Amino acid sequence: MPGTLVYVEDHEGEATKGSLGVLGKAASLGGEAAAVLCGSGIAPIADSLGAHGASTVYVADDAALESPLPQPRVDVLAKLVQEQGFDAVFFASSVLSADVAAGLSARLDAGLNWDLTDVEEQEGRLVGKRPALQDSVLVDVGWTEGPALALFRTGSFEPGEGGAGTAAVETIDVSLEDFSTKTAMVERAHEEKGGPSIEDADVIVAGGRGLGEPERFSLLEDLAKALGGAVAATRAVVDAGWYPYASQVGQTGRTVSPKLYLACGISGAIQHKVGMQSAGTIVAINKDPNAPIFEYSDLAVVGDLNEIVPKLTELVRQRRQS
Amino acid sequence: MTARPADFAPPFDAVQFVTEPTDPPDERIEVGALVVGAGPGGLAAAIRLGQLLEQRPELRERLGEIPIAVLEKGKAPGAHLLSGAVVNPRAFRQLFPELVAADLPLIAPVEHEGVYFLTRKRAQRIPAPPTMWNHGNYVASLGEMGRWLAERAEELGVMIVPETAAEKLLVTGGRVVGVRTGDKGRGKHAEKLANYEPGSDVTARVTILAEGTQGHLTGIALQKFGLASKPQVWALGVKEVWEVPRPLYRVIHTMGWPLRGARRYREFGGSFIYPLGESRVAIGMVVGLDYTDATLSVHDLLQELKGHPFVRAILEGGKRIAWGAKTIPEGGFLSLPDSLSFSGGMIVGDGAGLVNVPALKGIHYAMRSGMLAAETALDAIRPGQTAWTPGALTGYDQALRESYVWKDLERVRNMRPAFKHGFVRGAVLAGAAVTSLGHLPPRDLKLEPDASVSVFIGDRGATYPAPDGQLSFDKLSSVYLSGNKTRDDAPSHIAVRRQVRREVAEAWVHMCPAQVYEVAGDASPAGNVVEVEVTASNCVQCGAISAKGGRLLAAEGGSGPEYQSM
Amino acid sequence: MKIAVCVKEVPDAAAARRIDPQTKRLDRSGDGVLNEFDTHALEEALRVKEGSGEGEVVVLCVAPERAMNSLRKALAMGADRAVLVADDAAAGSDLVATAKILARAIERESPDLVLVGQQGGDSDGAVLWGSLAERLRLPLVSQAASLELSDGKARSKRQTEFGYDVLEAPLPCVVAVSDAINEPRYPSLKGIMGAKKKPQETLSLDDLDVDAAEAGEAGSRTEVLALTDPPSRGDTQRIEDEGGDSAEKIVAYLAEQKLV
Repeated sequence: MPGTLVYVEDHEGEATKGSLGVLGKAASLGGEAAAVLCGSGIAPIADSLGAHGASTVYVADDAALESPLPQPRVDVLAKLVQEQGFDAVFFASSVLSADVAAGLSARLDAGLNWDLTDVEEQEGRLVGKRPALQDSVLVDVGWTEGPALALFRTGSFEPGEGGAGTAAVETIDVSLEDFSTKTAMVERAHEEKGGPSIEDADVIVAGGRGLGEPERFSLLEDLAKALGGAVAATRAVVDAGWYPYASQVGQTGRTVSPKLYLACGISGAIQHKVGMQSAGTIVAINKDPNAPIFEYSDLAVVGDLNEIVPKLTELVRQRRQS
Repeated sequence: MTARPADFAPPFDAVQFVTEPTDPPDERIEVGALVVGAGPGGLAAAIRLGQLLEQRPELRERLGEIPIAVLEKGKAPGAHLLSGAVVNPRAFRQLFPELVAADLPLIAPVEHEGVYFLTRKRAQRIPAPPTMWNHGNYVASLGEMGRWLAERAEELGVMIVPETAAEKLLVTGGRVVGVRTGDKGRGKHAEKLANYEPGSDVTARVTILAEGTQGHLTGIALQKFGLASKPQVWALGVKEVWEVPRPLYRVIHTMGWPLRGARRYREFGGSFIYPLGESRVAIGMVVGLDYTDATLSVHDLLQELKGHPFVRAILEGGKRIAWGAKTIPEGGFLSLPDSLSFSGGMIVGDGAGLVNVPALKGIHYAMRSGMLAAETALDAIRPGQTAWTPGALTGYDQALRESYVWKDLERVRNMRPAFKHGFVRGAVLAGAAVTSLGHLPPRDLKLEPDASVSVFIGDRGATYPAPDGQLSFDKLSSVYLSGNKTRDDAPSHIAVRRQVRREVAEAWVHMCPAQVYEVAGDASPAGNVVEVEVTASNCVQCGAISAKGGRLLAAEGGSGPEYQSM
Repeated sequence: MKIAVCVKEVPDAAAARRIDPQTKRLDRSGDGVLNEFDTHALEEALRVKEGSGEGEVVVLCVAPERAMNSLRKALAMGADRAVLVADDAAAGSDLVATAKILARAIERESPDLVLVGQQGGDSDGAVLWGSLAERLRLPLVSQAASLELSDGKARSKRQTEFGYDVLEAPLPCVVAVSDAINEPRYPSLKGIMGAKKKPQETLSLDDLDVDAAEAGEAGSRTEVLALTDPPSRGDTQRIEDEGGDSAEKIVAYLAEQKLV
């Protein structure tokens, strides 16, 4: 049965937001969308996937799949694709799914396009869209033959509220290659250790001289945590010793292109700008109404960050909980 | 109120940069002939040596496993090269007699040219002074030339080592035996970082210093061997390259606006606008660093110049694609060191001051001097001799004196100094000097070091255009365009006093095209002294600070700008 | 112990601005440079070799001939040998074709450890090593922020969105390192000057038994169809904080943009 298979990743008993978004997108393309879940004790998640557009959910439940390692998942997906003849396999980008998609590409000799922000059907073929050259150009990419593998940039699709659909749940047998099980997870990450590194972060809260003193970075850390992002700093404050060099964004620091860049107390001189100008959305909070950063921000907030940031953190936390 | 930058010179002792080899002998790197600097002078020297060794294989053996090595502090040959340029192909023909112009890294012959005197609104064409006639010369990109020369050198077996700064002169018993390269991976306070890599002793049978303007070891050698009895003076050039929709068909030089002719300002210089092929244009502003108004900023004068209707018409609809800055030694004949050779080494090119200011030419002199140094070097290492044998290298000085390099410089020697009397008187004196082929004026005019000229806070800075991001640009975004990726946590390579008179601080702030200097806080109540902040990582190593009271030292190899085709 | 390091040459970003003095035209071929992320993989390989007191570090690359210049930089840093697969038929290879070619080159070496850098700048997804490990049929450890070898096993801290996992895989295996793993060394002057003398091999697809049909565009399974302008940034919306309700407005804005 042709159609699209969506790799649904789970974390702490729930399907990840990104996976649900991609599932919704796959269902909207107008063929059948199926989902595959891999793990140990993950069967309960299957029930919720119908509401997000899956007509069938394949569940590979096995102790060998307990750890979030890619290679056994490649085995599961490869078998499934070969048996069911899917046209396309979609992935929401993550450390794990990128490895799975890449391994699957090699296993099936199937083309893989990554960093996609959208996909559509054109004349019966799938066409993916991805930004390139630091988001200065949009590229249409396609697949020439075989199943089309697509990795979507984090946050490309918002999952819907969940409709009324239900899915047929099928349990599948798991048989793994020898080499797939050789990597072992000795320790599993338990808690967030200060969030992702700034280059990988989807959300960055950055601070500059306008913070006034190094202690104010704790406000930014709270906000970053609430948003699930990372904290970055301008060169001025790093030079002053307020924050580590590893967090420096700018011409001589790191270049980042998160979906959201919240600049707090940053004037936005060119040397900082070039490190973050391709962020999806730039929100700047600064007391100075003439701060250069306002010229290239999407949302310019003229005000006192010491009042605004803690309030913002609280509101975001509330939102996340509801 | 005025102040003299020279009164605020930082403590500096050349001895710090002279050392015996300290690496254990088996860790030293031995080369035959060592050239410091992969510019036109250094590469011409290396190429000439390579050519000569092809004819004399037995001498090649004497030079060991690495017969010719060229150290370059920039990321690659060309990264730190910048010039207008209109090049006299004479030296190219001497170095590559078998090549025709089409094979050389030259863009196009100069066919039409014009010299203009500008006022704020108008451009008045004036007859080109004879020294500026460019018939037979070619427009070129020095950076491209550097890359091309580097390729020719490598074909001859020359080893070019980029990202390597020569920090100290290796001297044993009064003989220069090579250089010590700079450390890498030190932090802001010179502490060793995780990837610290110490420099190395590179020993050689002969060392040719081709470091260009404000060469670090050149200055050290001149001081150590007492060779510079006459002061050198410099000009600062800031250059941009633009992509333009309409081709420019001639080479243009301008004088006058935006410089002021009154004597008290001492603003000597002008601009150049050169076509680089069909779709690009090089535009630059060059000003002598002996000006007196502390608010003069060559970068901003260039931005202002672009707003003149005459210039605007050329750039309209275009896009800036490159920016850079570099100093030019302007003293010419009257500033030449007493000797350009010392025990074990020679100095070539801009580092020696071999620049013909009235003709705006220095590249072919650099190449010619490089070739002559190479010939002397080879002669010096023949069996029975070394480069340290007394008199072994004086043949270079002799050859230079007999060459067109010397003769050209001597003829125009009084042109530049004439202009310290202001534009009109200067032009008269200069004109006399030129038409008399150097016999007038009867007594050579005197030059004083740029830093000895007192500066005052004037009002030149009042009319600089606010950067609009289309035609005019701020310094920081220009530094970005230069490709400068100097580490923020690198140790500062600039020696400068931090508490200076306000006039001097402002002079540095405006002078520096890369916004390295800033005045921190307000003047102290006593003596109008302010604190200067230095952001060394902005530095594009143009050398201006060395002319105006501070000193550029050896930056970490590989740092600084990454000019592409300047 | 033999360590294979896969490196990539990326275009020198500023090189596009050169004018070719011969043709007087824009020269885009330019110098490539060693992908910065790969220098971390190379540095790690050198540390492993230095730690064990013996071994060979081989750098491999699939690129046009001139990439040998970039490989020399790897040799200057301390790699022992460079292998470049340069073949016109390989031009335009996508992930499928590249991984296939690279895997063959690696198999030819039979290394104990394969190290790969994190990402090749703008156009690389975090995907090459996943495909490589599959083709080589070797265990994979990715996003390694640390690497220790003992008793024939590689142990790594792997960076994920949720923190660090600790993984262990027996050698031979593929380890993709993150740039957090180390600070790459500067090549010593001796290294730079000695690089040219180290063995450098250039291989063709034939040498690897790779058919031309498996490489280049023919061997690729994806293609670029068109380039368009992305939607422009749009106007700046401005909020002046007067009533103290900026935070609410910000959240509303973010929600609208689906960022929170």
